[in-house]
Amino acid sequence: MNRLDQLFQQKQKDILNIYFTAGFPKLNDTAPLIEALAANGVDLVEIGMPYSDPLADGPTIQDSGQKALSNGMKLSLLFEQIAAVRSKVDIPLVLMGYFNQVMQYGEERFFTRCAEVGVDGLILPDLPIYEYETLYKEMLAKAGLRISFLITPQTSDERIRKIDTLSTGFVYVVSDASITGAKKGISEQQIEYFERINAMKLSSSQLIGFGISNQETFDTACHYANGAIIGSAFIRALNNGKPLEPTVASFVQSIRGGE
Amino acid sequence: MIAIDERGYYGTFGGAYIPEMLYPNIEALQQQYVEIIQEEAFQKEFHALLKDYVGRPSPLYLAERLSEHYNTNIYLKREDLNHTGAHKINNTIGQILMAKRLGKKRIIAETGAGQHGVATATVCALMGIECIVYMGAIDIERQAPNVSRMKMLGAEVRPANSGSRTLKDATNEAIRDWINNPVDTHYIIGSVVGPHPYPDMVARFQSVISEEMQWQLEEHTGQRNPDVIIACVGGGSNAAGAYYHYLNERDVRLVAVEAAGHGIHSGESAATSVLGTQGIIHGSRTLLMQTDDGQIIEPYSISAGLDYPGIGPLHAHLIHSGRAEAVSVTDKEALASAYFLARKEGIIPALETAHAFSALDKIEYSSSDLIVVCLSGRGDKDLQTYIKHFDQFNTQNIGQ
Repeated sequence: MNRLDQLFQQKQKDILNIYFTAGFPKLNDTAPLIEALAANGVDLVEIGMPYSDPLADGPTIQDSGQKALSNGMKLSLLFEQIAAVRSKVDIPLVLMGYFNQVMQYGEERFFTRCAEVGVDGLILPDLPIYEYETLYKEMLAKAGLRISFLITPQTSDERIRKIDTLSTGFVYVVSDASITGAKKGISEQQIEYFERINAMKLSSSQLIGFGISNQETFDTACHYANGAIIGSAFIRALNNGKPLEPTVASFVQSIRGGE
Repeated sequence: MIAIDERGYYGTFGGAYIPEMLYPNIEALQQQYVEIIQEEAFQKEFHALLKDYVGRPSPLYLAERLSEHYNTNIYLKREDLNHTGAHKINNTIGQILMAKRLGKKRIIAETGAGQHGVATATVCALMGIECIVYMGAIDIERQAPNVSRMKMLGAEVRPANSGSRTLKDATNEAIRDWINNPVDTHYIIGSVVGPHPYPDMVARFQSVISEEMQWQLEEHTGQRNPDVIIACVGGGSNAAGAYYHYLNERDVRLVAVEAAGHGIHSGESAATSVLGTQGIIHGSRTLLMQTDDGQIIEPYSISAGLDYPGIGPLHAHLIHSGRAEAVSVTDKEALASAYFLARKEGIIPALETAHAFSALDKIEYSSSDLIVVCLSGRGDKDLQTYIKHFDQFNTQNIGQ
């Protein structure tokens, strides 16, 4: 069974999805990071494929991607790293990246390789839903991969319904009109937007991302959705030059609090 | 038939590969741009500004000494005589009018050499609208005069410090700004690149170039169609404008001139049609220079307006389908052409445009052919570069 399906079947509240950029801070940190995240009770790991031109990402994730690329990160290596850690952890793994990377690898070859190494889902923010439906939907389904599309405060209700139907992983609720990068606090306007989405009773699970950086924002997000995604704040925490395991442990602790 | 389909594809090139955050703005543009452009009031305002403010029609000039040298008939479409010194303003006039009709209060743009930035700052000053221009930190250093021009025109120039800190990154930063300011802002893209409808919208605004060429050529020669049209291609906006009304006239040869930098295979080049593969850049599926892992490569050319790692999807389609022929010209060849044109015709072309003239040494034609070269911009901005290479070209004897 796909591990994302399994997760959402078993858990509907307080899902913590942590994002990191593959190859950052060090080239071979991918596997130890996944292990540490799984060991510390994170529910879902989103692995960023570093890209030269990440349009939707803010400075923190951009910088981590640049660093990862200069460390020598490549897709072929990333797949090897994931394959190696897959036997040790059962946590769902989602790859996030830009569609050009998939095209260059070869779409069908990419999806097949993902399935082979134990990736469960994809987030490709610049893949249009029409092209997905007409060209790639079947390929993805054949490989057993799930896909998650984004919605924003500007997305119309009609389009949200469509995206809900097409998303086979979860609906990625972008918290604000913005690129990634943790901001402080969640505004009343954002709460209204979360309530609007909540009231739509979507069939897919929903995770809120962008601007989730600490226990307070995580708790607020979890109040309105099934969970939340943290990226930039975690990347910043990794930047402290200390060993990975304790860094991950204290970061997750700071988000989950003393539950 | 060469035409864009309803999803913004020319053949397999084009589309709108954008994050959801940009979708509402792009969708609004897609749904409205054709209708707005075709409005009578829009056309009237657009053409009045092109005439009285830009100085159109730009002349079509028979370059007799150049024609004699090449033993053929060469006409120059003088976009260099436009206000601000290049074809870029045709597009920014159109887009500022578009932005006003969309109710936008703030303009962002990207620029490489600074020509599009200046053209955008100019129309924003004209309309009294806030203007922010993203420019690679490296380009800000090497194109200082244009930075000053933009500032004098009231624009804020923001350095792009991400990635390779040049045009492609300035474009990324402009797109990120648009993601952060989706409601009040319009993004004026400077070339026939980016997500649909930009390639088609910009081509339509630039199509005034070939519209004028048709009747001007008829006045000069009695025939509307030239045999050959030559234009330089970075993103490809002056070429798109010069080709536009001839795209489906199969007897007109279209020549696209790319920058080969230090040589196509030198590792320092911008010859996208040779070195590029299909992929996605700035929201468009097109030909671009990239690694086998799909990382976009920073191109090189002496001309800051041609060192873009992709080409517009229209040009990818024209070259891929054989409708247009691509010619590559090195830095050295372009410089030689610039000195040559200055001495032969008394015209100092922009470095970008100089590449187009080098194609006359590379393509075949007959003595009875009518050739139009799109003289896309003037060389004032490149004087420093020209002065630097003076001695290397023994300029005393050129063009005698």
